[in-house]
Amino acid sequence: MRAGSSLLVSGLILVAAQLSPGQGTTMSLPKTVEAGAAFSIQNPGSGKATLYIIGTGQVLKRDVQLGETTFFPAGSLYNAGRYLAVLTQDSSTQNGSFDVVPASKPADMSFFAKPSRLPVGLHDGITGTVYVFDTYHNLISAPTPVSFELSTPSGTVQKRTLVTSEGAAWTAMDSTAQQGIDRFAARIGDVSSTRIVGQVPGDPCTLKMNARQSGQQVELITDPVRDCSGNAIPDGTIVTFTQSYKGSQSTIDQPLKRGIAQVTMQVHPGATLSVASGVVMGNQIGWAK
Amino acid sequence: MIMQKHFFILLAGCVVLSQAAVAQVAVHIEPATLHTTRPLTDQSKAAVIRDYLHAWNGLQAALEQNRPELLDADFVGIAKDRLADTIHQQRQLGIRTHYQDRSHDLQLLFYSPDGLSIELTDTVEYDVQLIDHDKVISTQRESARYLVVLAPSEVRWRVRLFQSTHD
Repeated sequence: MRAGSSLLVSGLILVAAQLSPGQGTTMSLPKTVEAGAAFSIQNPGSGKATLYIIGTGQVLKRDVQLGETTFFPAGSLYNAGRYLAVLTQDSSTQNGSFDVVPASKPADMSFFAKPSRLPVGLHDGITGTVYVFDTYHNLISAPTPVSFELSTPSGTVQKRTLVTSEGAAWTAMDSTAQQGIDRFAARIGDVSSTRIVGQVPGDPCTLKMNARQSGQQVELITDPVRDCSGNAIPDGTIVTFTQSYKGSQSTIDQPLKRGIAQVTMQVHPGATLSVASGVVMGNQIGWAK
Repeated sequence: MIMQKHFFILLAGCVVLSQAAVAQVAVHIEPATLHTTRPLTDQSKAAVIRDYLHAWNGLQAALEQNRPELLDADFVGIAKDRLADTIHQQRQLGIRTHYQDRSHDLQLLFYSPDGLSIELTDTVEYDVQLIDHDKVISTQRESARYLVVLAPSEVRWRVRLFQSTHD
């Protein structure tokens, strides 16, 4: 079926190009039309005809009077793209094409910010991508300035101003040293969009525990656990206490509560006590008592 | 049944013509000028181009048969909505259009750092046939430069934005 269509298509191309209605003059098409703007097409000749406007974004069909100008009111064509105009009267056909171009003023954007949550202190850890659209959601391909701004609760602000290329712009920002909720904004003229990015503490930086006798047992307690920027590691993070004695090991996992972990355990004299959280190792204590 | 085959090679300067058959579609891949920090593997490039060219088949079938559901496999978001609207307009007017792509000149432009979109341009030569109530009204060869944004979905890239631009 497609084969037939293809042959027909090829054969008709030249034929259609030779035909013109009426007195042999050509219809007058605008070269470009701004999306949503009014426009007109002058149709040569006399008598009645049919005018088609065809594109992948829209199609229109009008009965027209040749020799007159056909007016298309504002809002007739609003999807940007290439449109074909086909004027047909009886067996004669005239073709032409024109472009509907995006409105120059940005009215909307798609702003993608990733990730929504990340550890503090990551270089280029936050990325933002913007696509710029006009009021009809046509991508504005003309270079357009975009400003990105990442602000943290501490008042630190990172700013970048870029120009879109083919409708798109992107940037990368560093996550800062302080945990909290950041606001990541993109602004194009009067249009802005904001995303929330959560910065969470990184891995524990130094993990230090102390041990003291508590009756027949030993109480192990960590110092407040923080990342390398001084942010408190969240409660619930697991801290593992290990006792090594004569080749055997026993461990106790304990979640952080109020920033510290503590446990009471039976300890053999001569045992070695150690503490860890994830891949971070803390100090060791030799228990001689 | 769609018999058209797209053939492409991921090398600059190569033009490959379909040997098989029916509609011969030349595909030329320009060297990518990607604005990104995210690497794009050759496998991903091939997948993007394959899926984009496949989308033309879906577009052709949907607009020719006035069946918007034929867009589902290849289009999402605004691209799908617009094409579906066009099909509804065609139905109301009693017309169909047949888009036959003849050649593609593709260039990958932008791969977003989050990996969620890729933008390319395609200078396409294509024939457009207008059919009004089963009568062929006109056929015209056109050339247009398309800006295309694709997004990854479950198993393939889908066209999210499909817009020809004025040079």
